[in-house]
Amino acid sequence: MRSAVETTSPRFGEAGHWGKEVRSDVHVAFEARDSGGVEISLESRVSPYYGSAILEQTREVLGELGVKHARVAIHDEGALPFVIAARIEAAAGRAGVALGKTSLPKHVPLPAPSPKDRLRRSRLYLPGSEPKYYINASLHAPDAIILDLEDSVHRGEKDAARILVRNTLRAVDFGSCERMVRINQLPLGLEDLAEVVGQSPDLILIPKTEEPEQVREVDRMIGEIKARHGVVRPIWIMPIIESALGIENAFAVATASENVAALTIGLEDYTADLGVVKTAEGRESQYARARLVNAARAAGVQAIDSVFTDVADMDGLSRWGEASRAAGFEGMGCIHPGQIRVVHEAFQPTADEIARAREVVAAFEEAQSKGLAVVSLGSKMIDPPVVQRALKLVERAKAMGVIS
Amino acid sequence: MKAGASEKVELAHNAAGRAVPTMVNGKPQIPFLGTGKYQPRGRKVAPAICSTKDYPDSGDKRVADLETALRKCGLRDGMVISNHHHLRDGDKVALMALEAAARIGIKDLLWFPSASFPSQKGAIELMEKGVIHHIEGSMIGPLGDYCTQGKMRGMGVLRSHGGRYQAIQDGEIHIDVAVIAAPTADFFGNADGSHGKSACGSLGFALADSTYADRVIVVTDNLVSFPCVPWQIQGNNVDYVVEVESIGDAAKIVSGTTQITRSPDRLVIAELVAKFLRAAGIMKNGFSFQAGAGGIALAFVEYLKQLMKEDGVKARFVRGGSTKFLVELLREGLTDYILDGQTFDLDGVNSIAHDPRHVATSPFTSYNYHGKGNFASLVDAAVLGATEVDVNFNANTVTHSDGRLLHGIGGWQNCLFAGCTILAVPSFRDRIPVIVDEVTTMTGPGEMVDVVVTERGIAINPRRTDLLDAVKGSKLPVRPIQDIKAEVEKICGKPARPKLGARPCAVVKWVDGTVLDTVWQVG
Repeated sequence: MRSAVETTSPRFGEAGHWGKEVRSDVHVAFEARDSGGVEISLESRVSPYYGSAILEQTREVLGELGVKHARVAIHDEGALPFVIAARIEAAAGRAGVALGKTSLPKHVPLPAPSPKDRLRRSRLYLPGSEPKYYINASLHAPDAIILDLEDSVHRGEKDAARILVRNTLRAVDFGSCERMVRINQLPLGLEDLAEVVGQSPDLILIPKTEEPEQVREVDRMIGEIKARHGVVRPIWIMPIIESALGIENAFAVATASENVAALTIGLEDYTADLGVVKTAEGRESQYARARLVNAARAAGVQAIDSVFTDVADMDGLSRWGEASRAAGFEGMGCIHPGQIRVVHEAFQPTADEIARAREVVAAFEEAQSKGLAVVSLGSKMIDPPVVQRALKLVERAKAMGVIS
Repeated sequence: MKAGASEKVELAHNAAGRAVPTMVNGKPQIPFLGTGKYQPRGRKVAPAICSTKDYPDSGDKRVADLETALRKCGLRDGMVISNHHHLRDGDKVALMALEAAARIGIKDLLWFPSASFPSQKGAIELMEKGVIHHIEGSMIGPLGDYCTQGKMRGMGVLRSHGGRYQAIQDGEIHIDVAVIAAPTADFFGNADGSHGKSACGSLGFALADSTYADRVIVVTDNLVSFPCVPWQIQGNNVDYVVEVESIGDAAKIVSGTTQITRSPDRLVIAELVAKFLRAAGIMKNGFSFQAGAGGIALAFVEYLKQLMKEDGVKARFVRGGSTKFLVELLREGLTDYILDGQTFDLDGVNSIAHDPRHVATSPFTSYNYHGKGNFASLVDAAVLGATEVDVNFNANTVTHSDGRLLHGIGGWQNCLFAGCTILAVPSFRDRIPVIVDEVTTMTGPGEMVDVVVTERGIAINPRRTDLLDAVKGSKLPVRPIQDIKAEVEKICGKPARPKLGARPCAVVKWVDGTVLDTVWQVG
């Protein structure tokens, strides 16, 4: 039972951002009350066009949250409806009301489920507290977008970001991009899962993975939530290895669940763990990256590289990407849309490689049609692994749009 | 001076279906009749005949200050005083002249700048005091706001650069006194824009003022011995020369470096425009284009440059507003000429001062519709902006969707005569859709707008079946304009239409002097 002081003092919560520099976000100040109904004030840079729509939406959201008495002050900077809903819900939650209740925005159709070994050359990081980046992210055509709840979100903003990311997965059309979410380290990450898994993300990244048990725990949790929400499409897992111990356990991590689709590496934390300086050439992480590629391939999953942090250095990015592909990685992270094209070019097979692979594939098809078990090209016999590799390369090149 | 907006205004529906006043500031108007439909008659106006006997044989036309010059020009209540805007937001001369007029007790001036800028918001006080009656000319920022709040005594008249030249030469407006800011001048009044501490490049916007005004004052902060070479303004048209400490704030006249947009989403638009020009076959040897100084247009030039290099294509000429990006095209041999109407950055100013292939043009050569042709229709492609465009490709450049007047027309209307007119715009800004059912203000009729490029796709005007055919089979995201609009409304929600007032506070003129649309009082 609450004390008298608690019930009469205002219960206050706020969420979101406003100000001259802010775009596409909204700030909601929520004061829970015990009587007097709902009182809403609105200031918005788009009020001539959407003022009444925002007020109407606010009343709807409050209704769904079961809020009957409150004062809500809204400063809107052109936020889209899914952001407005998320901010109101977060502010109410922080005021200590409507806990356990949600207000979900309209659903856009889900993209086709993601194949386990789909093309993952690039994943564009979108901070979980910056809604302005979401709506146009797919225009830059990365293979994946990644809604980040971990490092790009301030510790005090995790609850609000979680709600925003949940709404984003539901309401934003990311086109043909794979929709990834990076959760927080466990156990905080489990709370993230509870919020987002119901909205069918295609893949979950687990940061600071060191032990297979961490993967199994996440996998179990995803399975439970999927069952509860009736989600049947796959949700893949990409553990991020970011420590010396993680590298030692890479194979065990990669094989911890059949839902692991790829392994990736976080070089900032890894080099910190080693106590070495991270350089642009990356010699200090050569062993770890080679070990990770080997573990991933041994487990039959993709190896995906870290990010390149200097967004102005496109030549450096290009060199990094080419070296990365040569080392066996199939993609890397992007922290700016401008990096995507360079990364795609770096991870694209060369014209020579494609021509050679097509010759092999043609020879293989000819052998098939003649019912021959042995594939030969000119005077040389082609081993089955070479054929397999050529088939995969041609298929990938098609997916990349390099050949038709 | 007769009051405009305060009288009961009679409206007529023009050929674009817009309600427009039949009288503006006491003068009868011709409503827009359709493009190419209005046939003007009569002769151009001419200034009075002068005689050299009234001017000093020494050629020295200097007087002590602007006040003296204005008195000698016979400035009286209700006259028309003009300025050019080549010094843009850095201009000090226009306010200097208007304040000098205030000091000698003049009232009810019609201020006729080629454009006004936020730094000239001091003109609001002069309107409040009755020194200025109203403004005819682009009103950018606070002055536009003042106009749409219905506070100006007369009606604003918005004209394109070409339309301003046309209005002067056709006698729609008679300039009593032109005050011309000159980065360099001699005592005879020869003046040039490309040199001096306040260099701005071309002085083309002042050409009509210098040739048609009754009296012409040149104001300079860089007086050189006769002759001032080269001269863009001929001293033979000038009555008085005034030397001042400074005609403008150099930092705001030209930008040291012009910034390309850094917004990744805007870059998507710029790249699509460049790809469109290539796919449509417009980018070919000997072609020409014009792009403004907006962030998207600048980035477009960079993308187009890459494609031109890849395909080994050279342009014959490009049209400025020039920036370092056009200057680089010239220096790298990717265009033979820059034909420049105004100069936006230091690279542009240095280039026009030193490179004979970088040529200053005027609204007469480039844009005037009542001439024996103009350059605008010779340009293969023009890349422009807009605040709104509707499903019939009508576009707005002057007001925001809430009806507030915040921008000018510039050369935009004139550029619509290019072979292919492209509006490069985001599909929405801050949740506000740019593609709408009907534009708030029509600055250009849809039949003249060929392509709208947004980050969500390219809409080609159905009238341009040639362009639709040309890009068929390309990988470009060509979509019906309604499609893009529907997608944006799904994201943003359908916007309410802000209520506009019933009182006209400005009109938009078409290039031929007819009235295309009305800007209504807001709130």
